[in-house]
Amino acid sequence: MSDTHAQSVAFVRKTSIPPAPAPSNAAGPVKWMRENLFATVPNAILTIVSIYVIYLILAATLPWILNGVWTTSSLAECREVLQGTTGACFSVLTERWNQLLFGFTYPSDQYWRVLVAFVLMLVALAPVLFFDLPRKLLIITGLFPFAAYWLIWGGTIFVPIVALLGVLVGYLVYARFVAQNFALGFFGGIAAALVFWYLAGFVLPYITPEDPFLLAIPSRDLGGYMLNMMLGLTCVSLSLPIGIALALGRQSSMPLIKWICIIFIEFIRGVPLITLLFVANVMLAYFFPPGSGVDLFLRVVIMITMFSSAYIAEVIRGGLAALPKGQYEAADSLGLDYPQAMRLIILPQALKISIPGIVNIAVGLFKDTTLVSVISMFDILGMIRGPILASTEWNGVYWELLGFACVVFFVVCYGISQYSQWLERRLATDHR
Amino acid sequence: MSTTTDPQQGAFRLSMLLNDTRYRSATLQVIAAIVLALTLFYLYSNLAANLRQAGLNIAFDFLGAPAGYDINQTLIDYNSQSTNFRAAIVGILNTLLVAFLACITATVFGVIAGVLRLSNNWLVRKLMAFYVEIFRNIPVLIWIIIIFTIMIAVMPGPRAFRGDDPDARMILDLFAFTNRGVYVPGPFFTRGIGGADGSWVNWALVIATLIGSFFATRAVTARANATQAATGIRPNTLWINLALWFVPVIVVLFILGLSWDIPALKGFNFAGGLKIGGPLIALWFALSIYTGAFIAENVRAGILAVSKGQTEAASALGLRPGRVMNLVVLPQAMRVIIPPLISQYLNITKNSSLAIAVGYADITATLGGITLNQTGRAIECVLLLMAFYLIISLLISAFMNVYNNAVKLKER
Repeated sequence: MSDTHAQSVAFVRKTSIPPAPAPSNAAGPVKWMRENLFATVPNAILTIVSIYVIYLILAATLPWILNGVWTTSSLAECREVLQGTTGACFSVLTERWNQLLFGFTYPSDQYWRVLVAFVLMLVALAPVLFFDLPRKLLIITGLFPFAAYWLIWGGTIFVPIVALLGVLVGYLVYARFVAQNFALGFFGGIAAALVFWYLAGFVLPYITPEDPFLLAIPSRDLGGYMLNMMLGLTCVSLSLPIGIALALGRQSSMPLIKWICIIFIEFIRGVPLITLLFVANVMLAYFFPPGSGVDLFLRVVIMITMFSSAYIAEVIRGGLAALPKGQYEAADSLGLDYPQAMRLIILPQALKISIPGIVNIAVGLFKDTTLVSVISMFDILGMIRGPILASTEWNGVYWELLGFACVVFFVVCYGISQYSQWLERRLATDHR
Repeated sequence: MSTTTDPQQGAFRLSMLLNDTRYRSATLQVIAAIVLALTLFYLYSNLAANLRQAGLNIAFDFLGAPAGYDINQTLIDYNSQSTNFRAAIVGILNTLLVAFLACITATVFGVIAGVLRLSNNWLVRKLMAFYVEIFRNIPVLIWIIIIFTIMIAVMPGPRAFRGDDPDARMILDLFAFTNRGVYVPGPFFTRGIGGADGSWVNWALVIATLIGSFFATRAVTARANATQAATGIRPNTLWINLALWFVPVIVVLFILGLSWDIPALKGFNFAGGLKIGGPLIALWFALSIYTGAFIAENVRAGILAVSKGQTEAASALGLRPGRVMNLVVLPQAMRVIIPPLISQYLNITKNSSLAIAVGYADITATLGGITLNQTGRAIECVLLLMAFYLIISLLISAFMNVYNNAVKLKER
């Protein structure tokens, strides 16, 4: 008996079975494809349709791009090289590269100035965009507008120096009075700078040398992608402070100021940018003193800045409205006055909320700088549609040129939007 | 016990205007008013001086003068002897036409892309993300020019359709895509009021019928709702509604004798049918795909904004997935989607002013382009142009406010 019992004891396992790999259809790429590409029948059909669409696009473009010709000097020559096969004629880009970037009237021996300004721009933007960098670099940012102005337009160096000195005078007055009264310091600073510039205007003609170190280049010679970049950067940076002022004005309890801001914002937002460019082109000159001859670039900058500041004002108003009322009450209960509360508590938070919106406006504005080609300024699109496609060598190479314009805009705009997403994550202080 | 006393009432000092909260806002507003008045006076005096110098005046009588130019695509009768005012009206109608068409197609593209961006299918999701990023990050003017280039440089000319073995063929023998535009069959009425050509009265009749059908179906649905509320049984309204939509309009079209004018190659060009010009197609299609990418993002955000608990609660009640989407998720998502959607419509209307870049005769091209250049009336033309767009945007935003108030979350 005992023997039989001894043998009937069930098998007891002492160690656990090592986990077996999942069946081949529930793991690895097969599982991923089952879940993500062929989950249901309609899904599978969608996948196949998508693959077909991708195939069509690639089949149409890849041979054209890969077979591209880069070294010929005209379309006819390019067609000879291609011998009837499909292929792009990218040589228009290499041959007209300078025109696409700098326009066709900017003196070619002066291109280095634009390139230096471009590199300086990257250096100046870095501390603004990435605030882990040392704050001392902001000095470069402050000096950049004056340096860039001098580099691109050339002429006497005293104009940017006087402008810079005016800003410094304004800042000194502001720093002297801001502790007493913000409004006094702020408006006093502006007034001091204006007075300084006005007085310097009398002195400037006497100290201007006959033969400036950098050749003076008129605004109408600017062109190409450079013009898009300059318009975009100038107008966005000018419209930010104006937009903040308009947003605060629109929230103000003073009815007159509030209504001025509302009418300005709604008027500008109600009309397309093209009509504002028409204003810049044909109408704005009438509003300047007779004979002043303000050049087209400046007029366009004025109108685009007005345009984008109205949009930025609305975005910032949204940010101000999104702040909990408790923040305003907390500022009041600390005994801060209006400028202090705004500078120290409200605006930093409101601006942080508005970052995505502001970046959207900036990207949109940069794209809209192509509209100046409608009022016959030769930005990159104006160059393509005008001088390049009209030339006998390159009449007919649409796709290479338009594709190039697409690429340069896509790179910048996509880069900006990726940066803004990074910034949002970086600034996310709510630990959720 | 504490007593409070008013602060010492001193004599009025000048610095109190800026430092005393009782006076400060009044001071600032007076300063603002003075600055504003001075600025306006300065601008006005400059304007007056400049106009005097140029020997110009501000007058709108040029609107009554003959325009003297032709417009290739018009919705109303127009010839070069018509007035500038009529040219502007043609432009306005063309603006509204392209804006209306582009709003519809942009919504279709946007909704499809937005929903597909949330698909379970990885490939479709990525493809749609690709579409959205590409189209959002490249200027709309470039898109318009690209499509216009396709229209004039890639499409075959009418010559290619001739011969026994033509290079290009009409699609279904009804549609012809040429570099001069797209020719489609045009409807006309053989027994219409005002002869075979027909007048606008015929179309008004058809539209009135459709509006009648709309109200009739509304009444049927309301009645079904009342029955359901009273008895708990919902009458099947599908067939009644379908009949109400289709039967009256078909009867009206039959009575008027609807017929189609098929485009055909005659001589050097196509004749008959409706011609949709290349500029219109370029503008329409480019605005649609460009704005569609933005609308896709709005739709996606709207659907994501409905909390997952809502879907789960609806499923827990036993609703099927289709009904969960239709009855629970979409109505709530619409509240988030509609306001940005309407501002996208506004953007389309404003961006249609880019017509001037491809030569589509919208208001910017007629009034702000040719009329301005021919008469030299820059100030008047630009002011009228601005007034038109302002009125449009005010109308759209007024509509948006009414809608927003109707659907906004009613809270305590």
